[in-house]
Amino acid sequence: MDNETQVWKVSFGRRLANGAATVGMACAALLVVTPLVVIFGYLVYKGIGALNWSFLTQIPKPVGEAGGGMANGIVGSALILLIASAIGIPLGIGSGVFLAEYGRNRYGDIVRFTADVLNGVPSIVIGSTVWGLLVVTQKHFSLFSGAVALGIMMVPTVTRSTEEILLMVPQSVREAAIGLGVSQWRVTVSVVLRTATAGILTGIMLAFARVAGETAPLMFTAFGNQFWSVSPNQPAAALPLQIFYYATSAFEELNRQAWAGALVLIVLIVGTIGIVRLVASRGLMKGAA
Amino acid sequence: MEALPKITFAPARAPAEKSDSVRSVQRPVRLAPVIPPAGRFADPIFKGLVLTCAASVFALVVLIVIELVSQSRLSLHAFGFSFFIRSNWDPVSGDFGAFPFIYGTLVSSLLALIIAVPLAAGVALFTTEMCPRPLRSTLSFLVELLAAIPSVIYGLWGIFVLAPLLRAYVEPWLAHNFGWTGLFEGAPYGLGMLAAGIILAIMIVPIIASITREVVTAVPRQQREAVLALGATRWETLRIGVLRNARTGIMGGIILGLGRALGETIAVTMVIGNSPQISKSLFAPGYTLASVIANEFTEATGNLYLSALMEIGLALFIITLIVNALAQLLVWSVTRGMPARAIG
Repeated sequence: MDNETQVWKVSFGRRLANGAATVGMACAALLVVTPLVVIFGYLVYKGIGALNWSFLTQIPKPVGEAGGGMANGIVGSALILLIASAIGIPLGIGSGVFLAEYGRNRYGDIVRFTADVLNGVPSIVIGSTVWGLLVVTQKHFSLFSGAVALGIMMVPTVTRSTEEILLMVPQSVREAAIGLGVSQWRVTVSVVLRTATAGILTGIMLAFARVAGETAPLMFTAFGNQFWSVSPNQPAAALPLQIFYYATSAFEELNRQAWAGALVLIVLIVGTIGIVRLVASRGLMKGAA
Repeated sequence: MEALPKITFAPARAPAEKSDSVRSVQRPVRLAPVIPPAGRFADPIFKGLVLTCAASVFALVVLIVIELVSQSRLSLHAFGFSFFIRSNWDPVSGDFGAFPFIYGTLVSSLLALIIAVPLAAGVALFTTEMCPRPLRSTLSFLVELLAAIPSVIYGLWGIFVLAPLLRAYVEPWLAHNFGWTGLFEGAPYGLGMLAAGIILAIMIVPIIASITREVVTAVPRQQREAVLALGATRWETLRIGVLRNARTGIMGGIILGLGRALGETIAVTMVIGNSPQISKSLFAPGYTLASVIANEFTEATGNLYLSALMEIGLALFIITLIVNALAQLLVWSVTRGMPARAIG
């Protein structure tokens, strides 16, 4: 037989397997994306209907009365997240710097491992621990204790992403700065951290988006509040908590408001992630998001 | 302009004969940069600062363990190990056993894995190996977005969309066709183990998919090319050249997903039905370790009740710790050599 015209024959069975696998994977992709589309569809459809100006500006009405809103929950969430960030971000960046610049040894491995452990601790366990540490000793629920719980949850994410980004800063950049006689800490702060700012911001925003929707750690710390309260020392309302209580309530009006709250929450989170992607696509560290 | 001082470097070892060039050195020249006094202290201070941050991460984990153990001491003393194998949960008479919750946690998580693993592996392989290039980043973004949806929103959707759907269509159909297995018996409530499993599956797909993508990408190109050169089809290339090398890492991703499912609280609490019963049927309501804490903690009266709930928290902590450590080990064994990567 002429070798030139010989056609490589793939048996029917193998072609069938190939086709089936391709179709199967495409179906899997479709099946995974479907719930996403459905969930977002419902959020917008149900949320827009219940969302209005008073929802954003009023506090909850007594049960049974129509109207009212989640203004206290939105403000409470904002305050909790602000304090949580103030706790979690410096700690996270600090330990990330340690891991990247001083942590190529056994101590670094220990910290790396504990950060991963902390990352895997269920949020409800963090909530009950903070309850034991702060709420029990203070004898009342408080906005601050909720912020501590969320702050703790931010630490491992910020730590590991900061380390990852700092390791991507070329060694030659550090050497160049040291060669100019800059002291070690200035190299880290003014050169390495500066170079990696975009990437670190990405990590922070991801950690923020992750804790913004957390409900479980707030249940026994911030607790929830039907009224206005901006004091860090008082129980505070939070958006995810209110969504949870309203969704599990028997009143249809509250169920409706839960959808509106969910829409506000998802806009906040997707907005954050959108900013992350924008920063990541322009900044130094592509693909970090 | 001032004349530059003449700099001569002293040789490391003194030459046998004294030469003029050595003798002409006026003053010693320091080769190390002169550190200003401020910097001499600033360096250790800075290092101390970041070390403190890192140590506090370690301290936090230790603190969590101590707190959990000390808060659950009462229950540990009262029930001992039998806490985990007894199935009485009676706050009124103060008799606590965690078995129904352990059962509920395991069943809902395993159900989630059974649903999620094929989907996650499929979507990950599709994005890395098969999907047209322009679609690739969109698809992986969409899967990431699934991870960004807060658990309370999954729960909300589960209560008002998924559960009615299950009650009206899926569960009657399952009962009619697969009722003989005994897994789909009883009244179709909608809310129950099946709903929890499905919600959990949707929540852990992005985790498993992203790890799978990562380890599959870590398999060297040459592996694929070698198999392809032997005349393999695309699927065979994937199966022989890629999956066989990446399976340990994929296993790690699956276990990581399991860890997430075990600890998931709010979404499960909202859809599982919250009833401490052990039933073979997936339609029946159940209860998990995490959701019993979420539901009963603020209402718990009495120290023993609280302590029992804390012991459940401790058990949850230990289980997720073991599961996550195992997963990390497996993922590391494949991606080792690549830069560290946060798993968020």
